[in-house]
Amino acid sequence: MTARLLSAAIIIAISLVPAAPACAAELVVGLGADVTSIDPHFNNAAPNNSIAEQIFNKLIENDARQNPKPALAESWRTVDELTWEFKLRRGVKFHDGSDFTAADVAFSIERPALLNSPSGFTVYTRPIIEKTIVDPYTIRLKTATPYPNLPIDMAGLIIVSSKAAKGASSADFDSGKATIGTGPWKFVRYVKGARIDLARNDNYWGAKPAWEKVSFRLITSDPSRIAALLAGDVQMIEVVPTADFGKLKANKDITIFTTISNRMIHLHLDSNRDKSPFITDKAGKPLERNPFKDARVRKAFSKAINRNAIVERVMESLAIPAGQLMPEGFFGVSPNLKPEAFDPEGAKKLLAEAGYPDGFGITLHGPNNRYVNDDQIVQAIAQMLTRVGIATKVETLPFSVYVSRGNKLEFSAALLGWGVTTGEATYPLRSLVATYNTAKGLGTWNWGRYSNPPMDALLEQALATVDNSKREKLLQQATELVINDYGLIPLHYQVNTWAARKGLSYTARTDERTYAHEVRPAP
Amino acid sequence: MLVFIIRRMLQSIVALLVMSVLIFVGVFVIGNPIDILINPQADQAEIARATAALGLDQPMWIQYWDFLRHALTGDLGRSFSQNVPAVQLILERMPATVELALCAMLMAILLGIPLGLVAGMKPDAWYSKTIMAGSILGFSLPTFWVGLMLIMVFSVFLGWLPSTGRGHTTLLFGVQVSFLNWDGLTHLMMPALNLALFKLSLLIRLTRAATREAMLQDYVKFARAKGLPMRRIVGVHVLKNILIPIVTVIGLEFGSLIAFAIVTETIFAWPGMGKLLIDSINVLDRPVIVAYVLIIVCLFVVINLVVDLMYSLLDPRVRLAGARA
Repeated sequence: MTARLLSAAIIIAISLVPAAPACAAELVVGLGADVTSIDPHFNNAAPNNSIAEQIFNKLIENDARQNPKPALAESWRTVDELTWEFKLRRGVKFHDGSDFTAADVAFSIERPALLNSPSGFTVYTRPIIEKTIVDPYTIRLKTATPYPNLPIDMAGLIIVSSKAAKGASSADFDSGKATIGTGPWKFVRYVKGARIDLARNDNYWGAKPAWEKVSFRLITSDPSRIAALLAGDVQMIEVVPTADFGKLKANKDITIFTTISNRMIHLHLDSNRDKSPFITDKAGKPLERNPFKDARVRKAFSKAINRNAIVERVMESLAIPAGQLMPEGFFGVSPNLKPEAFDPEGAKKLLAEAGYPDGFGITLHGPNNRYVNDDQIVQAIAQMLTRVGIATKVETLPFSVYVSRGNKLEFSAALLGWGVTTGEATYPLRSLVATYNTAKGLGTWNWGRYSNPPMDALLEQALATVDNSKREKLLQQATELVINDYGLIPLHYQVNTWAARKGLSYTARTDERTYAHEVRPAP
Repeated sequence: MLVFIIRRMLQSIVALLVMSVLIFVGVFVIGNPIDILINPQADQAEIARATAALGLDQPMWIQYWDFLRHALTGDLGRSFSQNVPAVQLILERMPATVELALCAMLMAILLGIPLGLVAGMKPDAWYSKTIMAGSILGFSLPTFWVGLMLIMVFSVFLGWLPSTGRGHTTLLFGVQVSFLNWDGLTHLMMPALNLALFKLSLLIRLTRAATREAMLQDYVKFARAKGLPMRRIVGVHVLKNILIPIVTVIGLEFGSLIAFAIVTETIFAWPGMGKLLIDSINVLDRPVIVAYVLIIVCLFVVINLVVDLMYSLLDPRVRLAGARA
């Protein structure tokens, strides 16, 4: 209802309000999520990282399609099976004028372990057991076992100044005292819950930003963010709600930028237990055996889902049907896998073959405030499943409640989204579908407790294979094993959206980052 | 008087204890903060490390005991997601909310009481009926909708006021305030009006009802018979007599304005404590949630105390020492 009225109001506004002139010196951007700290090693969450990555650099950084490219490291290679060597960029200066050297890299690798963090960067630094500074511009990092993903991990770790950040607390970063980086923007101020102001670093080693200053406003309410853009209070926003997308697109004062996201939305099916908590017969009595142990039932589940309908109706075309763990172009994507075709008759037949000619009953769980239109997706799927005979109830919960219950394995079928921040396949394979194993750190988010030993073997082989082309083959094979066995049910990849006042251009990114230095005046 | 205040303090300590237990248990039942805060790249060992680092691996009663021990020294814990002391975080954000709430309350009082008096004295006049109809709208329209409409009309459509945020602030007695400069004031107007609307309607209705009742009282008839001007009858006799319930309501409502400005703050991206609370609940940032609720309880205790003291000023018949509150 509100959305309707708002849309109506937007249409009126569009036709009557002249575009506010954009000020060339300052860029104002509306962000959709709260930034909780400026400390780049405290909370490993996307909104925080997005800001930190503009003030600081990393050894290796990702381009808009998440391909790694040299940043503070100019090149890297393996010296032996256990040692990586990084050659550092020369002539890079911190915002305070001091030189960037290998000592800063060593310091930045040590710092995460010193913080009492709920979501630390130790995931990237823990494999490193030894650091050797060969000369001020060469550093060697040693791991206990062969570790081909070290460069990918280094694309997650911010390099801070060993001088400015020595002994610094998170509050020192919030105040700016320790916020001395090498990045395109210098820190100006951070007002919690309100804004982050940055100024251009004129001595930046890379391409200089087009704006003298940038101000990020934290506007977490979707309609308010759109209103701020339409009113000209901000020149660009991230995360355009799907409901308003069409209206904004038709507005000639607004330019929209989209690209496929690294985030895959999927279903976990409880496929390892003999009894599953939310599976019943049609009368609602708990079922004695768990139908999801049979791959045919999982396949029927997948065939019953009309992915194109979800994409078109629920997501307003701002999604792409998914056939595997990551969208095309990422490292380890199999060329042989396509999205499952919608086939309700085939689904019914498979259910009959598996011994459920009349289907069964299930409750499908999902979050209602995490992913784009998550609760509507779950409802749509429930209707599709009911049509093939699986009587489906729906329960959606706030993510804070949902995620804890999911980790306790309280669901039979549950929706989850996975943003592949690393840009390669070991991450989703390791986290989502590998057999749960605390000692090896595998299957951490495997809510279905799916287990496929041949796939585990391939994955573990890949995790220790340094040769890129060999590793890619192994990852493709592992992905094919999982998908063809319906270890999880991919639904769609999200689409990332930005909207800006006319006259700006932005390179849309798969990793959802909003970088002010990549916003340029339109040519 | 002193006994009265001491007794109040003791009662509030009990209230604080009960609230802290409730919140602790509540957050514990909702879920594990680590589950939502942890980076998905973390493996089981990293999750265990983070859980232990925040003390969340302990049984609930030990966690609560630790909290109590620290609370007695004035330390309510550090925010899980922001790594600064929770109390500091809330106090940093409090001025924005208090300013917004004061501004809204002021609007509600300055408009609500006169309009209510007018509507109460001449209940059948067309303007009284208009006021009452308006107050029904103020009551029944949801805050988030009115807020969005205000933004659409005044920011997007007319372009008069900035849509969101707090704008420039000026330092006053060590506190950042918006109302002393034009940019800050323009940012303050819409959210304050949005927040005031419900309270305004409430005050109109309350004042009107009380006025209608008072106008029939003997002392009003007597004053009129004595030939006192209407201004004096209403301004002194009626107003003073109807003020006790109104002050009570203003007091309570002011507390709730500060505590629950959440919707308005979210829509207008106003960096107050309400927005902090909602962000903290979303990530189960328990130290902030607990500290917030405890601070709000303290706030209500103080407001109630002030209200009680004001009674005795307004009505000499009220004796605090005798009030077994």
